[in-house]
Parts: sequence; structure tokens; C-alpha cells
Amino acid sequence: MSRSALTHPVDGRFGAFGGQYVPETLMSALHELEDMWHEAKADPQFQLELAGHRRAFIGRPTPIYAATRLSEKFGGTHIHFKREDLCHTGAHKLNNAVGQALLALRMGKKRIIAETGAGQHGVATATVCARFGLDCTVYMGTEDMRRQSMNVRRMKLLGAEVIEVKSGSKTLKDATTEAIRDWVTNVRTTHYIIGSVVGPHPYPEMVRDLQRVIGDEAREQYLSLDGKLPDVVVACVGGGSNAIGIFTAFIDDRDVALVGVEAAGKGIRTGQHAASLVGGRPGVLHGSYSYVLQDGDGQILPTHSISAGLDYPGVGPEHAFLRDIERVEYVAVTDQEAVVAFKLCTRLEGIMPALEPSHAIHQAGVIARELGPGGRILVCLSGRGDKDMDSVDGG
Amino acid sequence: MVAERLRLENALRADGDLKLVAYMMAGHPHKKRSIEVGRRLAGSGIAALEIGIPHSDPLADGPVIQKAGQEALANGMTVEGALEVAKAVAAEGVPVVLMTYINPVLQHDPRKFAAESAQAGVAGVIVPDLPIEEAEPVAGWLRAASLDTIFMVAPTTPPDRIATICSHSTGFVYCVTVTGITGARKELPEGMDELFSEVRKHTQLPLAAGFGISRQEHMKALRGKLDAAVVGSAIVDEIERGGDGVALVRELLKACR
Repeated sequence: MSRSALTHPVDGRFGAFGGQYVPETLMSALHELEDMWHEAKADPQFQLELAGHRRAFIGRPTPIYAATRLSEKFGGTHIHFKREDLCHTGAHKLNNAVGQALLALRMGKKRIIAETGAGQHGVATATVCARFGLDCTVYMGTEDMRRQSMNVRRMKLLGAEVIEVKSGSKTLKDATTEAIRDWVTNVRTTHYIIGSVVGPHPYPEMVRDLQRVIGDEAREQYLSLDGKLPDVVVACVGGGSNAIGIFTAFIDDRDVALVGVEAAGKGIRTGQHAASLVGGRPGVLHGSYSYVLQDGDGQILPTHSISAGLDYPGVGPEHAFLRDIERVEYVAVTDQEAVVAFKLCTRLEGIMPALEPSHAIHQAGVIARELGPGGRILVCLSGRGDKDMDSVDGG
Repeated sequence: MVAERLRLENALRADGDLKLVAYMMAGHPHKKRSIEVGRRLAGSGIAALEIGIPHSDPLADGPVIQKAGQEALANGMTVEGALEVAKAVAAEGVPVVLMTYINPVLQHDPRKFAAESAQAGVAGVIVPDLPIEEAEPVAGWLRAASLDTIFMVAPTTPPDRIATICSHSTGFVYCVTVTGITGARKELPEGMDELFSEVRKHTQLPLAAGFGISRQEHMKALRGKLDAAVVGSAIVDEIERGGDGVALVRELLKACR
């Protein structure tokens, strides 16, 4: 299958997944956004400007790093990290926020709204709003404000208004629902910067286009080591933007296995998890058709993950498609396994990963033991872990 | 069968007056009470009754209807239960329109949902997160069961799109008066009249206005401009306080003639 056939949505859909299940009020805004994005993407001036901000503001290209002590611990397979934790503000989220802020300026919209779970996307959005002089409102669940309080303070210092969402499970799902309602009300003046490859078309495609820089850089950097590609690329999946970002460049490399790691929380069998692809069924959430954690009546279920960034009952529609065509394998890793990986990586590499990519690091260990010495694994280290120190105990 | 099919269209067409459509949530505050309330509303002089099926994430609804939905779900309301409420209320003779988000329909199975709705005596279905681009195959199943498929036009809908939406709608066309979510507002927005006259160019179907409508002065402002007004959050608020909304409906009806 050619690259374009796999990654280009047809009528807003990746196979059966995606679409635009939103109130009529938003339809013309989505059409405008789609047109503006395709226009901007093809505009060399826009691309030049984006490249400039990536270099000087985000700090790209981010390096790839040989995690030698972790490799040794996991039995000799070579493990490399793509260091998105070194992006300005500490995670890959800024790649998307910068691009969408430039697009908002192009559309003449001065008010920005966003949802946030772990607070990384909220911080990234507040950051670009400060940088470009835009008005910023971030929706965040009460539960997430509690467990990610440092990021709440950062957003406020950056000048954003943080609105506490007390409905439902008080986490990312509910923050997203509130942000969409704000958008329905203020759509004429407001651009909604969705933080992941979720939501109605064109968001999954647009956010993917802005995040694919991760994989485009990583593939070239990896090849420059010794001319070979990795055996396996591993990334964590909540909504799935860092994973799509790194996978896209490798989609056509059929010898490279791609593994997406969801949050198994307290275990898939307990029902307290956030693994939509592993434990969910197709359905509609937040404007698109994808895998969703839901009951038999289509009501969205509460989720659990120690990692606020993965604690979401849906997933991007492109992941649903990649799962069904079996191009990507999706697995789930528990809270406990992620915390162990977090500590191991911190002690052995001097790199404190966020809890989200700690799920991917655990899975890299599992795969490393299967591959044995000489195996090659690339992990997307999507963000740094300072924000998570209160969630893991000191030991 | 033809008469059945024209039920909503006939019921909602203004005849020198403004028709009133009431909204209530199935299972709010619980199933038995919502059937009682529905039966009373059916006899209150309304032209049709919209019955909402609760959803955990209602993107188009404001706090009043969202809260009613959460309460209904907490008290065990399901799609099946909502169809039972609809059936009990439709038996009173009032045309019933179901208002539901798309995911409960998809999970219930759209074909089964259409057949069971028709069997319950429902006249039509509104799905606020199902724009015309995504309407098939669900709308096809609804039509096959002789149910009206009502689509919405919004203040942000451009004229060419209004024409397409009108051609997809049967029963009536739902004009969303405000750029926003459901919920009572003090004043109706300016520019509403232009939307109505634009929609009128494209269809002979009755036009109903909804979102934000709750007061006698709103009724007066709308009468003569379109066929019907939908009152939702204001009635749901009455039900939440232990009432049935009938007094409010009667008061509003005074301003409709």
C-alpha cells in the first residue's frame, strides 16, 4: 500500500473511522478549518515560518539518544529514545500548538480554547498564546487539576484562564466535552486547539501532519547511525498524537514493527483502565467514529490511569484504522508497570520520563527480552516527568 | 399510511398561531415520573412532544438538560427504557419526536432502533450530532420505518447548505436560533429573522425554532415568522423542581395565539 493511500483520509475518514459527528453550528467552521489547513500546508511561506519556530522556539530537531544502561538491563537489545522531553515546555504537545496558533492567526481568530488532561497540552497552548498574543482559555477536570497542580500554575503564569470542569469523571473526557460546547457557542471568534489526533475531521489529519516531524526526524537520525532502521518503534497511546507522530514516517517500512501502548490502569479485567483499542468497541465520541470505552447503550464509561495524559475513553480514528488493518499492534501496560519503568529509566539513564511514555518504556523492556541481544528498538519519549513526581512515591 | 407520514408536518404547521413543541428527558428524574409528566404535557395543548434520550456526553446541550440526563442515567434510564416512555406518552395521541445523540443509536443498532421507535408510535427523530454528511445509513433506516428525519440549520449555516439540509429534512426543519448550546436565555438573538426567511426560501415544510426559547415575549416575537417554537430547558427546569411544566406551557400558549 502506498504512503498516500494509508495516511490520506478519504471524505474525512481513515477506512471506516473518523467523520464529523458534531452539531450543525460547527460544520461551517470545520469546513473553513479544512480549507485553511490545506492552503497553509501548501504555502511555502507558512512552512518556512513553522520551520523557524520549530528551530528557535521549540528546540527542534530533538536528538535521539542511546539508552545504553537500560538496554543492558533489558538483556542487550539496543534501545534508543526520541527525546521529545527536550522540546520547550517539556513534551511533544508544542509541535501541534505552534502550528495551530499560526493557523489561528491566519484565520484572524484571536481567542483560543483548549482541553487538557496532564496539563502538557494546556501548557503548550498557553505558551503559544503568550508568544503570539492570543487570548487563552483552557478546560481541565477537577481531578486532573489536583494531580497536575504544577501545570495549572504554569498555565496561569502564562496568562491563560483555567476553567475547572466538575462534570462526569472530572478528567480529560469531560474537559474536551466542555471545550467543544464553548466552541459551539463562540465559534465565530474562537479557534479550538485540540491536543491530540482526535475530534472531528480535519483535526486527526491536521494534528498528525503537525506531529509527524517527530518520526520524520527520528527516521533520518536513526538511519544516520549505521544505515539501518529499528526492528520496532514503540509509543504510548492516549488520544495518540505522539504515536501517530513517530509512526507515520515508518508506515511504509514493512519490516519495522509498530507498537502502540495504552494504559491498562489497574488491569484490563478490573474495568479500571483507559485502553480503548485493547478493551473498547467502535463508537462515536467527541465528533469522530473510533474505538471507545462504552457500555452496551453507548454511554461513555469512566476510565482510570495513573497517567492523566492517557486517561481518556477514546483514541484517534487513524489508530483505529491502523489497528484493524493490523499495521500497528496495540497492547496495554498497567499503572504499576509504568511506575517501575519510570523509576528504572530515571535511575539508569538520568532521564525522568513522564508517566505516559513510561508505559512505552515498560513495553520496550518486554519486546527487548523477546528480541534478545542485537535487537533494535526506538521509543518515543514523548515528555518529561517533573509533573508526575507527586503521583509516584519517592523510593 | 400517508396520513401517518404527514403527522408532524400537519401538527406543526401554523394556522395564524405559533405551535408549541415541548421537550422533556426520558427517565428524568426517573422512569415512572417521566411517563406521568409526559402524559400531562401531552394534554396541555402542545403540538408535539420531544423526548430526549439521555447521553453521558451531550455536546449540544446546556447545563439544565445535561444535569437531567445525568440524573436519568443514574436512575437506570436506557435506550430501551426511553422507547417505553415514548410509547406510553405517544399513546395519548400527541406526536412524539425522539431527540438522541448518535452513539446510543449506533450501539443499539440503527435498524432495530428505527423499527422499535416506529412500533412505539414515534413520529420522527432528531440527532443533533448527525450532520447531513454523516446521515446515511441511519437516516435511511429511519425513513424505511416511516419515521420523519428532522435536520437542523444553525445561524452559521451558509445558504447553499441550508438548501441541502432542507432537502434532507422531513416533518419539519429545526432552526437553531442561537450560536450555542441549549438553555433558556433572556433575549433571543438579533438576525434570527434573516435565518428564518432564508430557510423559508428552500422548503415548504413547517419551520420550528429552538434553543433559548422560554418566555411569553419570545413567543410573541416568533409568531407569524415561523410555524413552531421548541421549549426545552425551561420545562426541564420545572420538572427538576418537582413540577410537570404544564403551567408554563399554558402560560406560553397564551402568547401563541
